[in-house]
Amino acid sequence: MMTRWTALPKHIALSAFGFIMIYPVLWLFFGSFKKNDEIFGNASLLPSTLHWSNYYDGWFAINELPFHIFFGNSFLLSIAILLGSLFSCSLAAYGFARINFPLKGVWFAVLMVTIMFPKQIIIIPQFLMFAELDWLNSYLPMIVPAWLGEFNGAFFIFLLIQFIRGIPLELDEAAVVDGAGKVRFFLLIMLPLLKPALFTISIFAFMWSWDDFLSHLLYINSVELYPVTLALNMFLDNTGKTNWGAMFSVSFLSIVPLLLIFFFAQKHFVEGISTTGLKG
Amino acid sequence: MNAKRIRRLKEYSLGYMFILPWLAGFLAFMLWPFIYSFYLALTDYRFSADYSFVGFGNFAELFASDERFHKSLWVTTKLVLLAVPLKLAFSLGIAMVLNKGISGLSFYRTVYYLPSIIGGSVAVAIMWMQIFGRGGLINVFLQMFGIQGKDWIFNPDSALYTIVILMVWQFGSTMLIFLAGLKQVPKEMYEAVSLDGAGRWKQFRHITLPLISPVIFFNLIMQTIQTFQTFTQGYVITKGGPVDETLFMVIYIYQQAFSSLNMGYAQAISWVLLVIIGFATVIHFIASRYWVHYEDSDGKKGRRL
Repeated sequence: MMTRWTALPKHIALSAFGFIMIYPVLWLFFGSFKKNDEIFGNASLLPSTLHWSNYYDGWFAINELPFHIFFGNSFLLSIAILLGSLFSCSLAAYGFARINFPLKGVWFAVLMVTIMFPKQIIIIPQFLMFAELDWLNSYLPMIVPAWLGEFNGAFFIFLLIQFIRGIPLELDEAAVVDGAGKVRFFLLIMLPLLKPALFTISIFAFMWSWDDFLSHLLYINSVELYPVTLALNMFLDNTGKTNWGAMFSVSFLSIVPLLLIFFFAQKHFVEGISTTGLKG
Repeated sequence: MNAKRIRRLKEYSLGYMFILPWLAGFLAFMLWPFIYSFYLALTDYRFSADYSFVGFGNFAELFASDERFHKSLWVTTKLVLLAVPLKLAFSLGIAMVLNKGISGLSFYRTVYYLPSIIGGSVAVAIMWMQIFGRGGLINVFLQMFGIQGKDWIFNPDSALYTIVILMVWQFGSTMLIFLAGLKQVPKEMYEAVSLDGAGRWKQFRHITLPLISPVIFFNLIMQTIQTFQTFTQGYVITKGGPVDETLFMVIYIYQQAFSSLNMGYAQAISWVLLVIIGFATVIHFIASRYWVHYEDSDGKKGRRL
């Protein structure tokens, strides 16, 4: 261990580096209170006066549709995807981890391959399929696959399997002696034990669907169904370039849910990422 | 005997019941589109009933005459070759500094991880446009040193690099994986070699590097696959421009399929992308035999895929 004093230069360097890393985010935040001409050509972080009207202008920037509609849409979509992922992935994980069935090895191999499979390759046939089903311009192309474990499902299932493997098998055996069936065991004992892992999955599912710009772009056309991603992009294309302060205000608000989740659930990230070692 | 068999059959069907939602999803939304994509790539499908089978015509056109496609291949490759090694080197370096038993580790970890949380959002893409814009943050700083900046986003020479920097900025998740890997390296090993008088570089070269090589390999594979699929940043920040300097393959696929409705053609591009990603992965696996070191021969300790 180093003494306090010898560690000081290191702390200064690490803090300075950290400051540079989050400087852009601070700049975005403080910029949301600045007038246009103060945002540019000016290095000072703090605004000279708090220009609150940016928030009003940003919130009502898209004619007739205020941003709470888009936030509502994003929440609805992300929650539906989150719940679907919990449903399909916890079932599949328990099946793989604790039940024997023919071809299990094959399906497990398939699962592992799909973790790495680049999904962008099949967006066109998927799109045509959803068009055929008449699901375009609705949330179904995103929600239904999630309920069937196709929203990063392979990753979530893998994460849960790893977690279940850490739960002693004797517990299952004791339950069988007690006469509890596997279904009851899963619902009453396994699910509560899985809570931390389910929480981790919920966080990832929520955050990734919140930012799933490409899917939103592909499947949603009507402005009243827009999630925040599309609304921001539309604002940028239309009027944003003349009022950056307003643009910054809604941009910042759009990442607030992510920041909140991050600060309150940090531990789960660190564990989720370092134990499974997958993306984040 | 019979009762046992019935019990086994019951367990089998129970197993399938549990994996059924996932299995149905896989068959319907993954396997079927995947099979269909083979056929689609061989047609001139344009989102109408009137189309024909063109064999390898799409591929011939792509490689023989589509200059935007060539450009797209080139800039995507450039992005991967720049962003992935930089991001890995960066995150490994920081992870090593943080691993030296420093106080306040969780604070630094939080700060450095933050960009990874928000990096894929449209909001950050918008922010990036401004940071590298004409009157943006970068130019203001340059001006302090008397350097006249330019519009980095709309300059063909620099547009791609702004996106590379955005990618490297999100080094947090690879850093966390490296940190977890570094924790596994037994401290006694460093002590043993420092007695032998080995300097820092030697320690890094002969202990750290071999012992965490499985983790490096893992990050390398995942980052390569992900970076090949870059979309949002290029689409929002630069719209694939200027002069196609950031026309990453997924952006070109999107433009061809959904702006020009050349879906068969776009599917052919997707296939090229899949083959490239597959090829890159295979190369990584082959090369890994020469540099990835598993602690025991059956590779138990290593992080396997």
